[in-house]
Amino acid sequence: MDQFIQLILAGLATGAIYALAAIGFTLVWQTSQTINFAQGEFVMLPAILVLMAVKFLNAPLPVAVLLATGMFLLIFGLGFKTYLVDPMAKHGVLPLAIATMALSILMKEGAKDGFSAEAQQFPSLVPEGVVRLFGATLSLRDIAIFLVAVVAILALQFFVTRTRTGRMMQATAQNPTVAKILGIPTERMILLTFAINAGLAVLASFLISPVYLAKFSNGEVIGTAAFIAAIVGGFNQVRGALVGGFIVGLVDNLAAAYVSSAYRAAVPLALLVLVILFKPEGLLGSKEERTV
Amino acid sequence: MSRASIFSRIDANLATILIGAAILWFAPAGLKSYGLYVISFWLVMSIAAMGLNLTLGYAGLKSLAQAAFLGIGAYATALITAKGGIAGATWSWPLAFVVSGTLTFLAGVVLGFPALRVKFHYLAFVTLAFATLMFLIFRNEQWLTGGVYGFSNIPRPTLFGAKLNNDLAFFRFVLIVSVLLSLAMWWMLRSPWGRAFQALRENPLRAASLGVNLRNYTLLAFAIGSAYGGLAGALYAPLVEFIDPAPFAVSASFVLLLTVVVGGQGYFLGPFLGAAFSYVLPEVLRFTGGLYLLVYAAMVLILLLISPQGIIGIVEKFRERRRQKDAQDQRDASKAMLGA
Amino acid sequence: MISKRQALLGSAGLMLAATLGLGTAMAQETVKVVGVIELSGAGATAGTNYKNGAQMAVDEINAKGGILGKKIDFVVYDTQTNPGNTRAAVQRGVDEGAFAIFGPVFSGPISASMQIAQKAGVPQIVGGEAAGLTKQGVNTIFRTSLNQADAMPKLAEYFKNDVKAKSVAVVWVNNDFGKGGRDAIIPELQKRGIKIAADIATESAQADFAADAIKVKASDADAVFVYLNEEESARFLRAIKQQGYAKPIVGETTLLGAKVIELAGDSAEGAKGHVGLSVDAPNPLFAEFGKKFQAKFNYKSDHNGIKGYSGMYLLKHVAEKNGKFDKEAWLKYAHSAIIRTKDEPGILIDSKWDANGDVDRESFLAEVKGGKQVITGTLPPVSKF
Repeated sequence: MDQFIQLILAGLATGAIYALAAIGFTLVWQTSQTINFAQGEFVMLPAILVLMAVKFLNAPLPVAVLLATGMFLLIFGLGFKTYLVDPMAKHGVLPLAIATMALSILMKEGAKDGFSAEAQQFPSLVPEGVVRLFGATLSLRDIAIFLVAVVAILALQFFVTRTRTGRMMQATAQNPTVAKILGIPTERMILLTFAINAGLAVLASFLISPVYLAKFSNGEVIGTAAFIAAIVGGFNQVRGALVGGFIVGLVDNLAAAYVSSAYRAAVPLALLVLVILFKPEGLLGSKEERTV
Repeated sequence: MSRASIFSRIDANLATILIGAAILWFAPAGLKSYGLYVISFWLVMSIAAMGLNLTLGYAGLKSLAQAAFLGIGAYATALITAKGGIAGATWSWPLAFVVSGTLTFLAGVVLGFPALRVKFHYLAFVTLAFATLMFLIFRNEQWLTGGVYGFSNIPRPTLFGAKLNNDLAFFRFVLIVSVLLSLAMWWMLRSPWGRAFQALRENPLRAASLGVNLRNYTLLAFAIGSAYGGLAGALYAPLVEFIDPAPFAVSASFVLLLTVVVGGQGYFLGPFLGAAFSYVLPEVLRFTGGLYLLVYAAMVLILLLISPQGIIGIVEKFRERRRQKDAQDQRDASKAMLGA
Repeated sequence: MISKRQALLGSAGLMLAATLGLGTAMAQETVKVVGVIELSGAGATAGTNYKNGAQMAVDEINAKGGILGKKIDFVVYDTQTNPGNTRAAVQRGVDEGAFAIFGPVFSGPISASMQIAQKAGVPQIVGGEAAGLTKQGVNTIFRTSLNQADAMPKLAEYFKNDVKAKSVAVVWVNNDFGKGGRDAIIPELQKRGIKIAADIATESAQADFAADAIKVKASDADAVFVYLNEEESARFLRAIKQQGYAKPIVGETTLLGAKVIELAGDSAEGAKGHVGLSVDAPNPLFAEFGKKFQAKFNYKSDHNGIKGYSGMYLLKHVAEKNGKFDKEAWLKYAHSAIIRTKDEPGILIDSKWDANGDVDRESFLAEVKGGKQVITGTLPPVSKF
């Protein structure tokens, strides 16, 4: 029983990270109907940028964090949208998806060749230490990750559904043409979406790098898990990503303990296939009529 | 596009294949083993990409499991032909070739049937799950596949009683099989069935109203595309003479998808160009040391930004411009004549 | 149209032939050594260390005038940790007339390529540890570190006599390195009456080890044996310490590496086990190597860096003993070579190669104390030399 509770808690902490990364998939999907295969690398890179700023510019940590955040938002928020998504979106979904695949290689190899092939320690913003809960141990860091992720996602959910700008953003995502007719500045809204995507990636990066260590290849693991989480939860809903992330985190941990550690990677995917077959729009997703 | 121009293009494709094959038959005489190996590798990956091109470029289905099909073929071939072969030296490889194709065809049907019932682009997710599962099976079931240690001592096939141990002989064998598979693909695309695809791709609604059964056609396309992956695997195993799970991982399937799009999806010659880009170019770029993946990824990005239709797209753009210019010239000429 | 395509194809073919045909004339003053190493893919970290170690040795040797008056022309081809690419790269090295092939490090790529080197009679100095590599009658392969089949019995003894464990949980990484170690240690433990309480496979590049750590704790074994690559070792140590695990954590080489200690911080405290090569070994040559490496590449070398470095000196020493660049003579000498540090400091530790290409040397018992690897004992070679 102890083991079970412990696994559930660990799964929730992992799931929060997946959820944070999964939102990125849903945001890019909503605005451009494409899958951003570089999403995992988006989460990998900000931490590396911070370390690079510390190493090459001798910047103190807070400055490095600000510098890296600013640079990342500029390049992978604004730049990603302006120089990759915009010019390619009109040529259909696939070339863009493939371009993000190439982008992911570029980011990964860039981080490796430009910085290091080795994993690096990343400073934690949360103190070390554990608390006991129902006979299970939980680190402060895991609790912090969980809380920050959930708060970020709920805040985003609130923003999207309850604020004027958020609703305009949502309308733009659902039907850009009508949104434009209604006088919504769609261009700005789309840009905002990409900025939020990049911002969340930065947040996820800073949260998990102290645990997973900063390494160029981390994006693969996170990207795949987040991708599955996004589909399971429903590609077109922010709160779907939250639920999907937790489910994947839990299933992954329970599978490792109770099914087979050698086949654990297949279990979340089996879940994904079941979801596709029986509830294709995702657990929380709403049906959308699009011919993509 | 008028019917006449489709025919002229297809015939140009056929001619390119045949002339290319003739050149390749004689060209590598001066190459050492390394060169022959790289060209053979290119041909094998072209076959796998050709299959994916049918799935993706013609039927519009995104498969993320082509490398897994390649793996199924490669492991089946290794199992059938190793240790003297289960059907003797001569017949083991042909048997393996048939089994590889059949297995992957059936896998395509079994995967595609439920996925396509739900929604077209969900095939991508189902194939992703399948590719992951296959990789785990290749890796974990050591009693069958050799697991992480890999499967070594895969023999080269025997033809007319002679083992194709010589690199040049084996290269020519790969070339023959590649040409035959290319011709089969060419014929399929030209058949009424293939033309239904062109119709499907260009206007699915109209094709459906003309009585083309969308689901069955696409399912068959996916199964055949997958089978090409398996058939490529039957060549892959004896070419490398050793297999382990790494080249059949999900990321390898991504690279194959990238290959098809970079070459030009839906163009007959696209896969050959794409495979050259993905599997030969890295060899050419070896002089850059560890940086070549960086260079490669940057080239892909730039290429797709310039021409989302891939390498062939660039060629087509030039031809289109030329055609328009010719037409304009003709119009000008006739105008001048009329004016005269 | 066709003729144009033909022309295009023809010129492309010519270009290809130019690249692949390799008419590169070799300068007389150099001896070509081709590195075929994992610089990307799953083996990138190990491969980069191996390459850097080798590169450092090459630079040193060349600065002192090379081998037999010839400078080493060391080029490295990336394998992407993919057997097909490795095969191509080794073939290319052989076709280019390399005197020796250096690498790869992972056993899968080694298995895929060693027949090529054997066919050409080119020495291949590899970083692989899997037991099977030197059992296949390939007479061109040479290891730079202990065979797992030699290292694991030493460790099993340690479990029995020092740790005094009755049951052990085994955590291993599911690649050829980890699986090889697992397959080697389990029978050795069982032979000594030690029970396997849990047998846990993990993925290479796995980030989250919470579930595995919980499983180890729940298994209630007397000790845990951790056989993962460096970074994963660090992540595992953090995860299991978080579970409040207080029993002995034992590893082999990787677990006690400098990188692990750096990354795991306090969580590495108390981890112990057997170490083949280590910059922290009580050996001034290792320490000096470690310092030079740190200065040159700005990070601390792991055992793969030592392997690459000492492997290059193996190449140099044997060639100099032969007095000529003759592959056959090189292989013949190396197959019974005993190289001592007093004759060749670059070898770093007295080593003996046997007819299979396996290496035998001293190894160490170590423990992490105060954020440092502390050597607690020295184990003799398997057979004295």
